[in-house]
Amino acid sequence: MSDDILVDIQNLHFNYDGRPVLQGINMKIPRGKVVAIMGGSGCGKTTLLRCIGGQLRPTAGSVRLEQNLVSEMSHAELYGLRRKMGMLFQFGALFTDMTVLDNVAFPLREHTDLSDEMIRDLVLMKLEAVGLRGAHALMPGELSGGMARRVALARAVALDPMLVMYDEPFAGLDPIALGVIGQLIRKLNDALGATSIMVTHDVHESLMIVDYIYFVSQGTIVAEGTPDEIRASKDPFVHQFVNAEVDGPVHFDYPAPPVVHDFLGRGLHV
Amino acid sequence: MSESFSPIRKLGHAVVDRIWRMGFAARFFVAVLRYSGPSFRRLPLTLREIYFSGVLSLLIITVSGLFVGLVLGLQGYETLQRYGSTEALGVLVALSLTRELGPVVAALLFASRAGSSITAEIGLMKTTEQLKAMDIMAVNPIARVVAPRFWGGVISMPLLAALFSAMGVLGGWLIGVVFIGVDDGAFWSQMQSGVDFRYDIWNGVIKSFIFGIAVSVIAVFEGYDSVPTAEGVSRAITRTVVTSALAILALDFVLTSFMFRGTS
Amino acid sequence: MNRTALDLWVGIFVAIGIAAFLFLALKVGNLSSAHLSETYVLQARFDNIGGLKVRGPVKSAGVVVGRISDIKFDTESYEAVVSMDIGGRYHFPRDTFASIYTSGLLGEQFIGFDVGGDEKMLKPGDTVTKTQSAVVLEKLISQFLFNKASEGQEAK
Repeated sequence: MSDDILVDIQNLHFNYDGRPVLQGINMKIPRGKVVAIMGGSGCGKTTLLRCIGGQLRPTAGSVRLEQNLVSEMSHAELYGLRRKMGMLFQFGALFTDMTVLDNVAFPLREHTDLSDEMIRDLVLMKLEAVGLRGAHALMPGELSGGMARRVALARAVALDPMLVMYDEPFAGLDPIALGVIGQLIRKLNDALGATSIMVTHDVHESLMIVDYIYFVSQGTIVAEGTPDEIRASKDPFVHQFVNAEVDGPVHFDYPAPPVVHDFLGRGLHV
Repeated sequence: MSESFSPIRKLGHAVVDRIWRMGFAARFFVAVLRYSGPSFRRLPLTLREIYFSGVLSLLIITVSGLFVGLVLGLQGYETLQRYGSTEALGVLVALSLTRELGPVVAALLFASRAGSSITAEIGLMKTTEQLKAMDIMAVNPIARVVAPRFWGGVISMPLLAALFSAMGVLGGWLIGVVFIGVDDGAFWSQMQSGVDFRYDIWNGVIKSFIFGIAVSVIAVFEGYDSVPTAEGVSRAITRTVVTSALAILALDFVLTSFMFRGTS
Repeated sequence: MNRTALDLWVGIFVAIGIAAFLFLALKVGNLSSAHLSETYVLQARFDNIGGLKVRGPVKSAGVVVGRISDIKFDTESYEAVVSMDIGGRYHFPRDTFASIYTSGLLGEQFIGFDVGGDEKMLKPGDTVTKTQSAVVLEKLISQFLFNKASEGQEAK
């Protein structure tokens, strides 16, 4: 890992309704790398991403972006910082009442004073990068899931941000679209010189494109490493996750009383 | 929620919940006003909302106004005829409309047509994370999405109420003069001497303006505060219509008792 | 819906709304009457104003020339003090009579100005000195009964 750390997370705790979601997360994300955060559903990875973006305030601990203490910033200060961040939401979150072009142009129109022609050119360039320049006049309702995801990706990188965050970018995609998105994430990251943080549970695709992986389970980091290290890992959780095993540290059975109670209990009580 | 099944405790909880929510709604209202700058600096945003709230309500408002006027004319004639005062039909129709029916019924119709669609739009944007996406792109969703819809409603409402009253008067004239045969001159002259601009018409305008604020605030708030699921949005829409109706009628009582205290 | 079509519809909508409002103000209400023009205040004192109300009309020769703006009670002279807004173009001589009439038999009450022949006119803020109070029905009836009774007495 290089010395230039972009995102520094120290001892992050987050409680929701009294229930602890994140319990002491420590991460250092270097500049220019693509990092994946993996774990089962409900382990807190999306919450972690929201804390990095400043959308949630941690109960304890700190999140630092470059030198900015994100966890303590006011709403107005965060807005200034967010112009350098891009985020891809789980199902795209495109604005349904605007065309593809207007969607990608949105951050440009809101935050820059560029002329309409210039914005149009920039937008078409971004769309070209994701392969959808010809679709610029379509409405989000007319796009397939994969196409919508790509448009959202173009929108997330419209302002050439230094940090791009992805919330389950592969969710619900067919294998082709999945491959496309994966390649785009890697290529755009390198082309823009940005840093990417990806929250996902798609193991196969992630291992091919990322530089480093963190495994989160029940609010803490249980394993981390490069893709090669992860593949070779002997940790039972990592092993279960990577090999999609049915039972392991993450149990198959939901906690229940012994079988006897539910199936034979009535008979026994006679 | 507590495990207790005591109905009194449930009732108490519900009441406290409502009051807590009203406080939140009040703070939200202040936030909408605070971030209203862009609604006026970037006029196309608000114009678009005036189109969706106002222009698209034109049909229901004009037709309803006409029908209400027709009915007022019929009922009014039937009653006035018994006392030989059918020339007062014009005054009766005009006063009923400008003072009460215009602002109130137009506001109720507006709440069900435009208010519910505003709630649906904002609720849907919340469900599909569009508001969160805007927030992460450093665009304040209250300034960009909520405030223009609020002001669109506030500006449309008085115009629609005036239109409703005007159509109603025409409806009354149509039934009374054209179909039944009340004297045209008496209809208008009695109306003009009986309806005072400042007292009747202007008070009606003030009422419709206040109703517009109430309905618009409720509509945007319910949308913004909705549970981000399909069911949550549909419940929010119902709440908008019901709460708006109650608010309109309650405000109407308060305003009427202030404005029309009786002339002595 | 492109921008210019939308703007057009919004413009039409606002225009219709304002037109409806003007229709109400001018054709339905009484805006075109002397209310917008300048008015001046005259006062009159009455022993009894009967059912006179604020905003009631002030008429002369049956034509509305003003409105009653205020009714007060003078605690020293125990009289009713009525303030009236009279249209700026109407001027009345100083010996004008201000009487309270009833329109029809049971209609609303109004103040009627019956002019005299004085050359000097009432100035803004002046008080009409000659007034006739409202006819109170109960007094009329009791007077009638009293007259009837005294006639009966005389006949005896």
